[in-house]
Amino acid sequence: MNIAVTGINFIRQAEVAARLRQILPAEAVLHAEEDTRSYECDGLSAYRQLPMVVALPSNEEEVRQVLAACHELKAPVVARGAGTGLSGGALPMGDGVLLSLAKMRRILALDPVARTARVQPGVTNLAISDAAAPCGLFYAPDPSSQIACSIGGNVAENSGGVHCLKYGLTLHNVLRVRAVTIEGEVVEFGSEALDSPGLDLLALMIGSEGMLAVATEITVRLLPRPEAARVILASFDDVEKAGNAVAEVIAAGVVPSGLEMMDRPAARAVEEFVHAGYDLEAAALLLCEADGTPEEVEEGIAGMAEVLRRAGATAIRVSGSEAERQRFWAGRKAAFPAVGRISPDYYCMDGTIPRKKLGEILKFIAEMEKKYGLRCPNVFHAGDGNLHPLILFDANDPAQLERTERFAGEVLEKCIEVGGTITGEHGVGVEKINQMCVQFARAEIERFQGVKRAFDPGGLLNPGKNIPTLHRCAEFGRMRARGGQLPHSELPRF
Amino acid sequence: MDSVLEKLSELVRAAGRAKRALRLRGGGTKDFYGQALEGEVHDTRGYNGIVAYEPSELVITARCGTRLADIETAMSEHRQMLAFEPPHFAQFGSGATLGGVIAAGLSGPRRQAAGALRDFVLGVKIMDGRGEVLAFGGQVMKNVAGYDVSRLMAGSLGTLGIILEVSLKALPRPAAEATLRLELPEDKAIETLNKWGGRPLPISASAWTGRELGVRLSGAASAVAAAQKKIGGELVDAAQGERFWAGIREQTDPFFRDDGAPLWRVSVPSATPPLRLPGEPLIEWGGALRWLCSRADARTVRDAAKRAGGHATLFRGGDKSVGVFQPLDPALTKIHRELKREFDPQGIFNRGRMYPEL
Repeated sequence: MNIAVTGINFIRQAEVAARLRQILPAEAVLHAEEDTRSYECDGLSAYRQLPMVVALPSNEEEVRQVLAACHELKAPVVARGAGTGLSGGALPMGDGVLLSLAKMRRILALDPVARTARVQPGVTNLAISDAAAPCGLFYAPDPSSQIACSIGGNVAENSGGVHCLKYGLTLHNVLRVRAVTIEGEVVEFGSEALDSPGLDLLALMIGSEGMLAVATEITVRLLPRPEAARVILASFDDVEKAGNAVAEVIAAGVVPSGLEMMDRPAARAVEEFVHAGYDLEAAALLLCEADGTPEEVEEGIAGMAEVLRRAGATAIRVSGSEAERQRFWAGRKAAFPAVGRISPDYYCMDGTIPRKKLGEILKFIAEMEKKYGLRCPNVFHAGDGNLHPLILFDANDPAQLERTERFAGEVLEKCIEVGGTITGEHGVGVEKINQMCVQFARAEIERFQGVKRAFDPGGLLNPGKNIPTLHRCAEFGRMRARGGQLPHSELPRF
Repeated sequence: MDSVLEKLSELVRAAGRAKRALRLRGGGTKDFYGQALEGEVHDTRGYNGIVAYEPSELVITARCGTRLADIETAMSEHRQMLAFEPPHFAQFGSGATLGGVIAAGLSGPRRQAAGALRDFVLGVKIMDGRGEVLAFGGQVMKNVAGYDVSRLMAGSLGTLGIILEVSLKALPRPAAEATLRLELPEDKAIETLNKWGGRPLPISASAWTGRELGVRLSGAASAVAAAQKKIGGELVDAAQGERFWAGIREQTDPFFRDDGAPLWRVSVPSATPPLRLPGEPLIEWGGALRWLCSRADARTVRDAAKRAGGHATLFRGGDKSVGVFQPLDPALTKIHRELKREFDPQGIFNRGRMYPEL
């Protein structure tokens, strides 16, 4: 937070743009403000910065040459997919190059027998499933922004979605990433086999927020589309009861394909927007899905409905048709835009907690609403304990923005306190960089910096995101202490 | 830091000062695996015990020295399991430990459906080459704070640090399982497995053992029954089926009987046609994993694997001077070397276990 806006040095801008125009066609290098303005922020629009230069390569060779040139010029590079990220991971730099992969949007190969698709990074998440649909296959991770977000961005953030409880995150569904390092070397992480020799660099690359290398080609795993799916919509008169019901469902030995929760304020905002038919009197709603063969789905739905009833559900509806199932989900998937309609701005958090702490964290959020005088509807990927509380505020009022950031900071630190994490799927970006100092100790942050150095010794790829400097942590003043003591108290502190 | 870790940290720092190699070892069940065994043995079994296990959270956390068998017993009491089915290899040592399981990164038959060991790692605590205790990841299902160092430890063969504690995702045991046996030649078996893979069938394991294909179905009883009809073949008696899969997982199946020929592990895209290498293959993971007892030279095996888009490991036996793991290209080698230097600056941990230069 408090990211200073950098002015553009026009002499440097002309130098870098001229160098990049030796590589790319003139129209693929932007530097005029009217052209670069649309790149000033990603989905986290509270942070804005004009990039010095925007480069739009169309193929891997161009990416390679652009990166090598930036390396030579010591110009920092921020890679960007569709710009839908929610943590400012693609926030440009005033002295850097914004590398847009948007032109690289071809599906290179789709193999229905091996069940893989080889795609360029700018391909949208949904386009992969659409292309695979005629073969009865789909790409499982389905972030709410799937019609717009790019697979390259999904790799950078290790994106999840509403079905990752059963199908996993991007990490679990990507076999191979071909990428270019800042030095302009092409590297392949993973392969089209199920494993690769050496260290699992693919795991490091996925979720690295564009800090290690720039992905130019991605092979994803495709899964057979389940024959059937039905979803239960259960109402609860108490939020904590709904939270406990989630734990009961998991403990009963079924893994639902989706298990989502919404509190009343969120449900009301959504209902007005998409008319999903939600129970507006309920304190909390659970969406609980089973998919698989028709037999499996019947067994799963019956079992889960029974558990939910025992856990105190006041009403249970089961989708009777595919249209109704889609309608139940439409509400959940439209939660962010729906909330966007009832407030000038909203701030979306992304902490993850152990499921059993759901009740405790909800109570804490309610207290924070009072403390800061701001409303906060809640939507959760309850099955995996991933929270998306949405703080409503008006960005035109600087005092409200400041209160919002403090509110969010307190909730994230509470997530750490109960054994969770500050980000489940949206990434650290610039947004949560201070809380990284709370979640990790000095030595851990140093090792993260070491990982970065191993790929990008000059620190030119997306600097300032994801991993804080120790200096920043010292300024933030909340380096994590273990058992009341800073680790290695013998060492000098920044 | 507790006193055990203080002592360990002192040991590590002393080894670092002297640039003395430490060989991290649990039950020794996988001593056969990897390039070289160098250095003074550090027995990791002293640091053991299940730290936390909450079935409703689907997470188990245990220390490195905990026996895999003890973890599985605790989990089976709650009808849960480690879905990646890591091998115990009891015939090669005295009880696999969690630390060794994670470091080796090996997954068993269920990997084709459930995912690999690395997919189940949620968090680790390690001691690096500076003797510092570091925690990465956590106990929650979704966590993208910082780089995914915990999964980097999976399969790292102990080259980056001492794995002290691991949190793993647990899964419920399937309500029903059944094993089917079909008679098919190699090419047809591969073709059929890939065809099935594109259909929503609850196949949790497969093994072609020469003319015969074993298929395990797992899931809701109704789904298993329905799939049985679609797949056909002969239903294997339940106890016999369990023995069969244990034999594949633990490499006690007659295929793995040591007749002096080296055992190769060839990992390829699942639809790769028969490799036609000298020696009999055993095919797992829907076609993606091919075991081969063969005296063919390393070059032949590696070239075939590479042509198919995969890699070959000299898993057990043979002449290790040909390189146990498929060599990496220079760009990847450089990153490996840098990562090693960051985590283990003096190069003390499991020196040469993965590649001679690491």
